[in-house]
Amino acid sequence: MAVKTRRLRDIPLAFAMLGPSLLVLLTFVLYPLGKAVWLGQQTCDVQGKNCKSVGWGQYTTVIKSDQFQHALWVTVKFALITVPIGLALGVGLAVLADKQLRGMRFFRTIFSSTIATSVAVASLMWLFLLQPSVGVLANLGWLRDIFPVIKEPGLLKDPGTALWSVGISSIWANLGFTFILVTAGLQSVPKEMHESAYVDGAGGWMRFTNITLPLISPTLLFTTVVLTSRAFQAYGEMDLLTNGGPIPQDSTTTVTYLIYGSSSIIKNNDGLQAAVAVLLFVILLALSALQFRGFGKRVHYGS
Amino acid sequence: MQYDDDVASIRLVGVSKHFGDVKAVDNVSLDIADRDFMILLGPSGCGKSTLLRTIAGLEDPTAGEVWIGDSMVNDVEPKDRDVSMVFQSYALYPHKSVQANIEFPLKVRGVDKAERAEAAKQAAEVLGLTPYLERRPGALSGGQRQRVALARAIVRQPAVFCMDEPLSNLDAKLRAETRAELVALHDRLNATFVYVTHDQVEAMTMGNRIAVMRDGIIEQVGSPKEVYDKPASVFVAQFIGTPPMNIFPAGSVEAADHVVGARPEHTHITSSGVAATVALVEHLGHEIQVVCTIDTEHRAIVRLPAGTEVPSNGSSVFLTADENHRHRFNVETGLRIS
Repeated sequence: MAVKTRRLRDIPLAFAMLGPSLLVLLTFVLYPLGKAVWLGQQTCDVQGKNCKSVGWGQYTTVIKSDQFQHALWVTVKFALITVPIGLALGVGLAVLADKQLRGMRFFRTIFSSTIATSVAVASLMWLFLLQPSVGVLANLGWLRDIFPVIKEPGLLKDPGTALWSVGISSIWANLGFTFILVTAGLQSVPKEMHESAYVDGAGGWMRFTNITLPLISPTLLFTTVVLTSRAFQAYGEMDLLTNGGPIPQDSTTTVTYLIYGSSSIIKNNDGLQAAVAVLLFVILLALSALQFRGFGKRVHYGS
Repeated sequence: MQYDDDVASIRLVGVSKHFGDVKAVDNVSLDIADRDFMILLGPSGCGKSTLLRTIAGLEDPTAGEVWIGDSMVNDVEPKDRDVSMVFQSYALYPHKSVQANIEFPLKVRGVDKAERAEAAKQAAEVLGLTPYLERRPGALSGGQRQRVALARAIVRQPAVFCMDEPLSNLDAKLRAETRAELVALHDRLNATFVYVTHDQVEAMTMGNRIAVMRDGIIEQVGSPKEVYDKPASVFVAQFIGTPPMNIFPAGSVEAADHVVGARPEHTHITSSGVAATVALVEHLGHEIQVVCTIDTEHRAIVRLPAGTEVPSNGSSVFLTADENHRHRFNVETGLRIS
């Protein structure tokens, strides 16, 4: 009984202490989220004013629409391209740089440098590299022999290669992030474990698969979730490199581009935009939960 | 599990290992006989671990030769040296079961599954781990983990065991128990053990030979009795034995050209001799240790039987060293004279 009264007495103080963060959370997270959900069932004029409710069925309409399904499929493809390749490259570079060799700090700096590069800068750089007439990559003879499209119409202009090209730019931009996380993970693997396995006769690959990978699995899971979420939210690359195009197939119109892009088919419809955004949020939430559940069992979180 | 033919001697010839300007091991020569239990003893930073790692093949010597059996192994990979290594941290794989941990060296060598399981079972049996085979290392106590590390080392029946302070992470009681078990394991396996420690009690109780190291060189090699009874230098005299040997300044007990050392049990408080001041009296139950200060650089400890009347702190006393148990060392070099 005494405990209960004390608890009741504590309530005002508790709210007073929670107040500031609650206020921030309400103002900047919960209210906008609620507003977006509400907006998703409205339709507005081109100025975004005079909105009126058209019913929750708008969400169903969006889900069933070809545009949304196409954008979702492009987004999934984009994630399937960028996440595994980005992760593999990041792990590869981190393992390479995890050796005690002279000059390794230099390479570590280089490999992690893209973390200090904004999407806009990275995208512009790739835009120049891939530019068909003067771009460096487009003018490498051997590369041109392998990919004739690099000259005509250009990797970013060809519907078959546009998404891959944007993906490469995105992989490059995220590589520093992956590299740093995996490097930190590698450094937490005790050296003696490798030495013990080495004395026992395990070669490099055996040690990598039997010791390194299992011990950095929490890092890999975390990186995978973050990279996936980044891939689903990627926008700058599409906006700067392809504008969601090439046009007829909308090869790089991802869900985010559909929501916000300047040449998106719903660019003047706030209600539809909000509906798609809310759907993206739900999809990402479900995906992250799935990843943690699916891999969580196989991840080893230390002893 | 017996080795009859596979055992190996180890011979180090002028081995050095330098890290930049640091001479971790400096021109060390050492013969370790077949089936020896050789202890590398010394304070931290003396190069004992580096020397052990050089034998195991984890470090390439800067100079010198490492021989195991009849072959020079400088350029031989660790896996082909027929050695196994036990680390202070045990280095168990936390994501593998105890059984998988023990089996790992065999798995690496491509031994088939049934044979692996059988060998792991036997090794676990030897170390009393049978009930824990399915567990992860994280679910074991420190002592059990240490046994898993040992089981993993014995499972592939190497000729040489390299152990780097394997007991240092255990509490005092468990350490004392495990010491005896390691000796028993050595007798049972009939293999050569090279064992690194900074604990002179481990060295005295476990090894049949001790190499005392300091600053990258070996100061003395000998049986525990030799090292205790005839220390080759002041350093060895003071490193081995608890409490350490008392060193009297040159000219105080005997002539000024050498210093005299005497173990605490051979040092007495008498009515005349070397003047000293009682700094501390420690009652240990079974005995009393009286710590005396001779001068700023010399301290002497006297052991008295429990119940003896002891001088109080700060009182002046006189110390003598037993005529028959004096150790004489060169003043300059610290090396033994007689």
